[in-house]
Amino acid sequence: MSLKLSLHTVPEVPLEAESITPDRLADLSEADIAALPVHHGNQQSSIGDFFSVSGNGNSEIQIEGDLTRVKLIGVGMTYGRIIIEGNVGLHVGAAMSGGEIIVKGDAGDWVGPEMSGGRIVVKGNAGHLVGSVYRGGRIGMRGGEIIIHGNAGNEVGNGMRSGLIAIGGDCGDFTGVNMLAGTIIVVGKLGWRCGAGMKRGAIVSMHDAELLPTFSYACTYQPAFLRLYLLHLNELGLPISDAHMNGQYRRFSGDAVELNRGEALLLKS
Amino acid sequence: MRIQATEIIDTFAEAFEMWAARIIITAETHQWATAAAQSMTGFATSVIGCKCEAGIERDLTADETPDRRPGISVLLFATSSEGIGKRLVERVGQSIMTCPTTACFNGLTSESDVVVGGQLRYFGDGYQISKQLDGRRFWRIPVMDGEFLVEDRFGVQPAVGGGNILILGKDMQTTLRAAKAATKAMREVPGVILPFPDGVVRSGSKPGSRYKALFASTNDPYCPTLRAIAPETKVNADVNSVLEIVLDGLDLNAVEVAMRHGIYAAARRGIKQISAGNYGGDLGQYQIRLYDLIKDQ
Repeated sequence: MSLKLSLHTVPEVPLEAESITPDRLADLSEADIAALPVHHGNQQSSIGDFFSVSGNGNSEIQIEGDLTRVKLIGVGMTYGRIIIEGNVGLHVGAAMSGGEIIVKGDAGDWVGPEMSGGRIVVKGNAGHLVGSVYRGGRIGMRGGEIIIHGNAGNEVGNGMRSGLIAIGGDCGDFTGVNMLAGTIIVVGKLGWRCGAGMKRGAIVSMHDAELLPTFSYACTYQPAFLRLYLLHLNELGLPISDAHMNGQYRRFSGDAVELNRGEALLLKS
Repeated sequence: MRIQATEIIDTFAEAFEMWAARIIITAETHQWATAAAQSMTGFATSVIGCKCEAGIERDLTADETPDRRPGISVLLFATSSEGIGKRLVERVGQSIMTCPTTACFNGLTSESDVVVGGQLRYFGDGYQISKQLDGRRFWRIPVMDGEFLVEDRFGVQPAVGGGNILILGKDMQTTLRAAKAATKAMREVPGVILPFPDGVVRSGSKPGSRYKALFASTNDPYCPTLRAIAPETKVNADVNSVLEIVLDGLDLNAVEVAMRHGIYAAARRGIKQISAGNYGGDLGQYQIRLYDLIKDQ
């Protein structure tokens, strides 16, 4: 049986609900869950002030309602599953290390910042800074997967060191900025200045892109590893075609202002 | 006991505990995957002289491989988990990485594993790239046709080596035909390989030798040319050719099933006896009795 949280009162200002994780809610009664603290603006409230609670949350939490103003769901979670039936606000899955979060609508900025494991799936669009490092930090996403079926904003994978970010639609600017390693795959188009300052890692797009002059063309080939990633994404429901699987990719090395060990792989049209 | 005109000798095959790995080789075409597999399994007939035993398990369709390219499944056996790791690094490095367009993946899920790609990565001289996907690590090693993709670790598991049958026939042609039929039937069993040339070995061996430097020598009891002088000959007057089929399997059941298939496929007019090689039961951990294999059939 899963735990169901249904939003009955839409918060007027952002609601910080970092207590909503399987780690915190496991084995608690409905009353205990309803009494857990959340922050509504600068006021401390409880989950029950905004959500009706039913069931128990041993491993799966289902959340209903417009959660656009609900932040920090699944922060630091280590196991289990959270299913968000609609939209969700900022910082979903921040620093999570295991388990799975499924957002059936759109997600705000900062999806999975500094996460180290597990998987976040957003069926709609995501905001800026997917899988990124927080301002002032050095290392962003350290592992796990973030799958965005729609579009994403700027600075996807900022400072990313490991793991996989896949965007089914288009990306904004500065995708993979300051990337240390890891893999970003964009089925749609990349914005400007992707890979700026990247040391290692791979940024893949199924479209041509305008790269920084500090990226140098290497060759056109079929990267064997990419087939594994694309098959994986196809299984997760991203629109991967035979042309993506069997196509030729142009490889660019960059960013030359850093280690120059990163790569941009652009499907040759 | 008899199957058709063939007498089945009441004896046993003496088999040994070994360690096994399954290697999935993929390539742009089936031809290149086969080239790599044949190279990797070459000179891997016996642990006595080759340090490992290896063979092609079966062809894989593109739908069955990790990267959806044509592939080959290879099984490799050695006497220890440490040894199998060394053999894998040598053979994946020399026979698969060198072959155009190939990639190499672990094909066994096991509690034990050995580092293969994690050793071969150093060939990349610092240009190698690590990729982690779904809990598995891969290495991209730059090579002259692009990149060689190899999995970091390969599962290894306890296995059984040295299963065998001996086919004693009236002449060479009849015995060869029976051996071919047996190998064809035995290769149908999953998890089994026949490491000798096309599955057949003519130079069966016994442990020890009159020469101190050798720890194995010709199996004189089964050499027809020595029938008149070998003190323990097991060749009857109507037998003029003996061939052996040696097999290794991922588990005892696979070896037993394959041996049963081989016995029934080989038994025919002109095959006087089917026997098995053993060392008196003193060396191997397994004794596979031929009668037990066929008693319920």
